[in-house]
Amino acid sequence: MSENQNPQGPSRDVARHDGDGTVARTDRFADPGVPAHHPRLADTDPKAAKRNERIIAILFAISCLGTIASIVAYFAVRPDGTTPGVRLSTVLLGVAIAISLFGIGFAAVHWAKTLMSGKEYVEERHSSSSSEDVREVVQQQFKDGLEDSGIARRPVLKGAVVSALALFPLTIAVPLVSSVGGTWNVNSFRHTIWKKGTRLAYDPSGRPIKASDLTVGSVAHVIPDVPAEERESHEWITEKSKAVVLLVRMDPRDHKRDHREGASYDGIVAYSKICTHVGCPVALYEQQTHHLLCPCHQSTFDISDGSKVVFGPAKRPLPQLPITVDDEGYLVAEDDFNEPVGPSYWERLK
Amino acid sequence: MSTTTTPPTAAEPTTVIGKSADYLDQRTKVGVLAKQLVRKVFPDHWSFMLGEIALFSFVVLLISGVFLAMFFDPSMALVTHHGAPATMDGQLMSTAFSSTLNMSFEVRGGLLMRQIHHWSALIFVAGIVVHMMRVFFTGAFRKPRELNWLVGTLLLICSLLAGFSGYSLPDDVLSGNGLRITDGVIKSIPIIGSYLSWFVFGGEFPGEHIIPRLFTVHILLVPALILALIGVHLFLMVLNKHTQYPGGGRTDQNVVGYPAVPAFATKMGGNFFIIFGVLALMGGTMAINNVWNYGPYDPSPVSAGAQPDWYMLFLEGSLRLMPGQAEIVTWGDFTLSLNILVPAVIIPGLLFTFLFVYPFLEAKVTGDHREHHVLDRPRNVPTRTGLGVAFLTAFVILALAGSNDLIATHFALSINTITWVFRVLFFVGPVFAFWVTKRICLGLQRKDRELVLHGHETGRIVRFANGEYIEVHRPLDEQERWLRVNYEARRPLEIEPATDARGVKRKGYKKDKRWQKLSQFFYEDRVEPVTPAELAAAHAHGEHDELEPAHDTPELVSGSGNVEREH
Repeated sequence: MSENQNPQGPSRDVARHDGDGTVARTDRFADPGVPAHHPRLADTDPKAAKRNERIIAILFAISCLGTIASIVAYFAVRPDGTTPGVRLSTVLLGVAIAISLFGIGFAAVHWAKTLMSGKEYVEERHSSSSSEDVREVVQQQFKDGLEDSGIARRPVLKGAVVSALALFPLTIAVPLVSSVGGTWNVNSFRHTIWKKGTRLAYDPSGRPIKASDLTVGSVAHVIPDVPAEERESHEWITEKSKAVVLLVRMDPRDHKRDHREGASYDGIVAYSKICTHVGCPVALYEQQTHHLLCPCHQSTFDISDGSKVVFGPAKRPLPQLPITVDDEGYLVAEDDFNEPVGPSYWERLK
Repeated sequence: MSTTTTPPTAAEPTTVIGKSADYLDQRTKVGVLAKQLVRKVFPDHWSFMLGEIALFSFVVLLISGVFLAMFFDPSMALVTHHGAPATMDGQLMSTAFSSTLNMSFEVRGGLLMRQIHHWSALIFVAGIVVHMMRVFFTGAFRKPRELNWLVGTLLLICSLLAGFSGYSLPDDVLSGNGLRITDGVIKSIPIIGSYLSWFVFGGEFPGEHIIPRLFTVHILLVPALILALIGVHLFLMVLNKHTQYPGGGRTDQNVVGYPAVPAFATKMGGNFFIIFGVLALMGGTMAINNVWNYGPYDPSPVSAGAQPDWYMLFLEGSLRLMPGQAEIVTWGDFTLSLNILVPAVIIPGLLFTFLFVYPFLEAKVTGDHREHHVLDRPRNVPTRTGLGVAFLTAFVILALAGSNDLIATHFALSINTITWVFRVLFFVGPVFAFWVTKRICLGLQRKDRELVLHGHETGRIVRFANGEYIEVHRPLDEQERWLRVNYEARRPLEIEPATDARGVKRKGYKKDKRWQKLSQFFYEDRVEPVTPAELAAAHAHGEHDELEPAHDTPELVSGSGNVEREH
């Protein structure tokens, strides 16, 4: 299927390699050389040159005005803390700075293109490599240097210096790597702060949820019920990152099956909100289909079917939080999740 | 003791500049360097400016970044925010987010600088990508510039790192979710994933270390690396001298252009101010990343239609396209998350590997050891051009897939259908793009042959005395012709036969054969440039075309405007 459609078959070109590696060809057109230089209007017409000079001067003057305008804008327009106030200041400053910069930029380019010499020059290139002579000298220098060091005659030193140099980075790397990982307690992925009896509370208010609060079809974003002051710490944000739950009350008849036997209460199911793909909060619930969609990568889970994946890049169902009600009618966890929440990792099933 | 070291030949400097130069040169021999640079010739073409866009955007990033660093506090300590904007007043948030709000609302010009910085980052990466496209399609990566191509690819990777680390600093809901996705990707790495996650976050996600760590990465490590690499990049550019487009008088042994001082340097300086101006205008008038609308990071909420910055979209799209079934449990109950590894590690890995190895691969299949300083016209290397377009097609399809939710809502389409279409397109699109591009290139080459052999159509119809009508074709002038014939149609590698003269099997034949196969893929289809003999033959056949110029046979011109051409 050769595409060689030359009317005369294979070209009769003859490649001849010169000593310096360049290829000379016969039966080729001759290089016509650099095109003739055409003078520009300003090169021949003093009036045009004068006009361009004026334009350039005006552009520089506009730049000066832009600079002044930007300083005026800075001092005169004080943002008042509202979004429109900040926007006004930003627009005025930005436009003034742009004028100042454009003035210089366009003036310089116009100057170069109209008044500075437009004559092309030809410069020779030289080979990118150094000459044979230089190479020989350098090789000899390295040989001499090696000879001086005596390393060839002292193989013990060779091994010693390589070992020492290879090992010494560990003095920095070990403490650095070790400290950077903190406690390295990777087992903490397996647990959340949910435990038997923890009440389910609304996110972000922290108000505990009664089973009777929820009508069929309603959805609640849930956090574990912990004292308000505990919720103002990093530990809380880290725990919340694993513990957030989505609570849905469905008509019990809509449940195709329960992911965990006896884990729901009267049609109310609680699933981890952390996507089993890469950990985005799964937040979009579609009431009619009972589908739960992750807005990051569109993994879709079917809440009525044990939150199994019906579309997208996630593989596993969302872990279910087993729930029941306590004596006062509040929803409580029966236990922690029975598997790690969030994205998969190598030793997840260990 | 001698009292002067000035060489006697140099005239005594009289101006301030002259005196300073003299002072400097007496101590540094800077004159030798200046001699090389001041009138150094640079070829001129608009596409040589694309790299400048990246370079100057980086300068703007440094300038605006210093401003931001004065007011940003990279701490995850929780504070109650007081002050503007009203919606955030009294909320609990990290110091990083609070200081971002303060620099936007309290510091005059702060929001402008934030927006300039963000836009510059987007343009910086875009500048690098477009510059790389120019370099790729014109073959500027060939010897001796392969090393500089590698430096450039490293710069691209650094720019992605810089962008990502900077985007995450304000600690808002969007960037927090971006970090969470990163954490998920890190955890998917076999064996060391969970440990790597602890290494990055200093504990469990999000912990309290990630923002200060990213800050150090963003303002020290990555910029230092970028600066160093830019230094190497420009040094090599000057050392190798710039490439030039083909044309009359341009050869691999010379460089045709304008001296650095004054015209080239002035244009380059002007270009800096114009690019800075555009970025200032964008920062002033186009709102970007209004973090106060998203709120401080909270692990619970997330918004739909949230897209990362454009250069990360391909990764996001790749994550979205991969079906979940790929997650498998291996022997010994270990989880191998191929649904994450393939799109987030392997596919980008393949894309970057292609960039890193391509110059060496092409040199190998071309059997080419020469230096190249005259650029290729993309049409003259159809397979390379096709591969480049296929690569870009894959990139664009992934980026579009990263916006599949926006496509779904804007065009009222099913997101599942869109995702399936992109899954198929990811495999079909690049192949189709390769095929189409290669066909177009070959077509353009044939058009070039046609033009060289038969000249321009003039629309001038001439009637001969015997009643024959022809259209007069105007031959190309020698510059036009040179542009179209001055290339090499490279041929597949020729290898030594499988057995030597005595019928003994040759070692390494199979390897050679494989390279030859690849070489055939590259160069089997080709269009040779016109030779003078072919041109002479064409003229001999169509001697009517030689009836030139028009004023020789004015009485035969039957019209030049509305006459239909006959064929």
